[in-house]
Amino acid sequence: MPSDYFPVFVFLLIAVGFPVMIIALSSIVGPRKPSPEKLMPYECGVDPIGSARKRLSVKFYIVAMLFVVFDIEAIFLYPWAVIFKDLGVFGVVEMGLFIVILFVGLIYAWKKGVLEWE
Amino acid sequence: MDLVIPKIDALSLCPELVLSITAMLVLLVTVYLPKGRKDPAAYVGLLGIFIALMSLTLLWGKPRYAFNNMIMVDNFSIFFNMVILVTAALSILMSITYLKEEGMSHGEFYALILFSAVGMMFMTAGANLITIFLGLETMSISLYVLAGFLRDSNRSNESALKYLLLGAFSSAFLLYGIAFIYGATGTTDLKGISEFLSRATYMKDPMLLAGMGLLLVGFGFKIATVPFHMWTPDVYEGAPTSVTAFMSVGVKAAVFAAFVRVFSHALWDLQPDWNQLLWILAVLTMTLGNVIAIAQTNIKRMLAYSSIAHAGYIMMGMIASNELGTSSILFYMLAYAFTNLGAFGVVILFGRKGEGNLDIEDYSGMGFKYPVLGLLMAVFLFSLAGIPPTAGFVGKFYIFSAAVKAGYIWLAIIGVMNSLVSVYYYLRVTVMMYMKDPVKDLEGLHWSPSMIVALIIAVAGTLLIGIFPSPYLDLAKQSVLHLM
Repeated sequence: MPSDYFPVFVFLLIAVGFPVMIIALSSIVGPRKPSPEKLMPYECGVDPIGSARKRLSVKFYIVAMLFVVFDIEAIFLYPWAVIFKDLGVFGVVEMGLFIVILFVGLIYAWKKGVLEWE
Repeated sequence: MDLVIPKIDALSLCPELVLSITAMLVLLVTVYLPKGRKDPAAYVGLLGIFIALMSLTLLWGKPRYAFNNMIMVDNFSIFFNMVILVTAALSILMSITYLKEEGMSHGEFYALILFSAVGMMFMTAGANLITIFLGLETMSISLYVLAGFLRDSNRSNESALKYLLLGAFSSAFLLYGIAFIYGATGTTDLKGISEFLSRATYMKDPMLLAGMGLLLVGFGFKIATVPFHMWTPDVYEGAPTSVTAFMSVGVKAAVFAAFVRVFSHALWDLQPDWNQLLWILAVLTMTLGNVIAIAQTNIKRMLAYSSIAHAGYIMMGMIASNELGTSSILFYMLAYAFTNLGAFGVVILFGRKGEGNLDIEDYSGMGFKYPVLGLLMAVFLFSLAGIPPTAGFVGKFYIFSAAVKAGYIWLAIIGVMNSLVSVYYYLRVTVMMYMKDPVKDLEGLHWSPSMIVALIIAVAGTLLIGIFPSPYLDLAKQSVLHLM
């Protein structure tokens, strides 16, 4: 029933309204005294050096991608381990297949020299 | 809590499994091959496709569900899977020399083609909206990479980025539609949906209609129907030509299979609603595709608009929504596969590294310089235009007669008029080839054995289906007979 979603709707209104109210209040009530230090981009309190639009080596992205793959594998392994006994042989075979497929990917990445950093 | 462990029915998935394993094998083989000599990877891929084709024939005529009704192995999916496998094989054959000339001979190309074909096969066999969506994503993600495979070319990169952004957007539409349908019917199972709707106490639920509309947008994007076609010319032009060939046929076959399954089967009780929508879309698609194709100067763009127009013709078969209509879609897809792949094959063979020889102007005088190539191109263009004795003619004939039989006389008339318009731009290339003097040096055509094999298969298919259509039509009719 659509009426069941009324609390969600109310929550949505509050979620949008609250930050809008806070930002509006601070810009209405708060005093404004800009200075060069205050207008500087915030980098953990240290003065920013150089431009933020820097090119990063593609190696970082490849490592990040590999990380995601094995991260997902780990996440998938946890629930599998919890119900391992109920799944029986089926579970072992399925997870084996999954890991073999990932392993093929790892061999490929390895031979392509992704794991070497120079 | 009960765990439902699906019955593992590996035999039903045999072709898909063979192809997946081959794709992984290609990846492993390719890293052990020396740089620039990656041909064996292609041959491994072709072997895998051949085994998959053989295993498909074993499944013919034994319709069944597998994996808790997620997969449906019937003649309908087998027919489409055959078209897809032939498409993949021809694309690989055409790519071997092409990639070398472009300096991009990497084994990953073949692996991606195979993965994409696996996705397509899951789409055609999907008995559940989730399986169809998974197949679509597997297919699309591989194609996004393939479209940008010529990574030094700006056009190729642009094509990949456009395809990725718009494709991801359209996938979201499709998924949203699935969610709506699930909300309205309580299931994503195609059979479950049709059973729910036939109980008829729930008709005209706005949520259901919204879901249907969103599904239509999602599918319409992938098969490039107007008004969801804007990406097509840019992506087709920028992508490597062999990928364009693969995309224009394979994606259409897979998505039309899922389209027919979902709309003509699961959503059959909404037929009065979607039929009018499809009528308008088909007319728009045919007309716009054909009219804009006239103005094109680049042959890849022209073929892109022509593929939009062909999507419009195929939709007529869906609108007819009878057995003849559906079987004519299958037949048309088969004819279109050989014809379009052949035409793109000639474009690849005639093309030069980079952007060379892709303007229609460049084809001037080609028919005298290379009589065989000119003749082949003429056959493929005649078939695309629908002139006998080619496959395209028979395909169009069945589609139009299905529309007439179902009472859509006006639709058939618009279709015939459109195909008259299309004759103009297809024959313009023929006129260039045979009636103009060459505008540039046409030396240095490199005939490679794999390309010759691919072109022979394509031209043999086009002529054979055109001259002896009845066995193929019977095959198409048998395929829709047991449509579950």
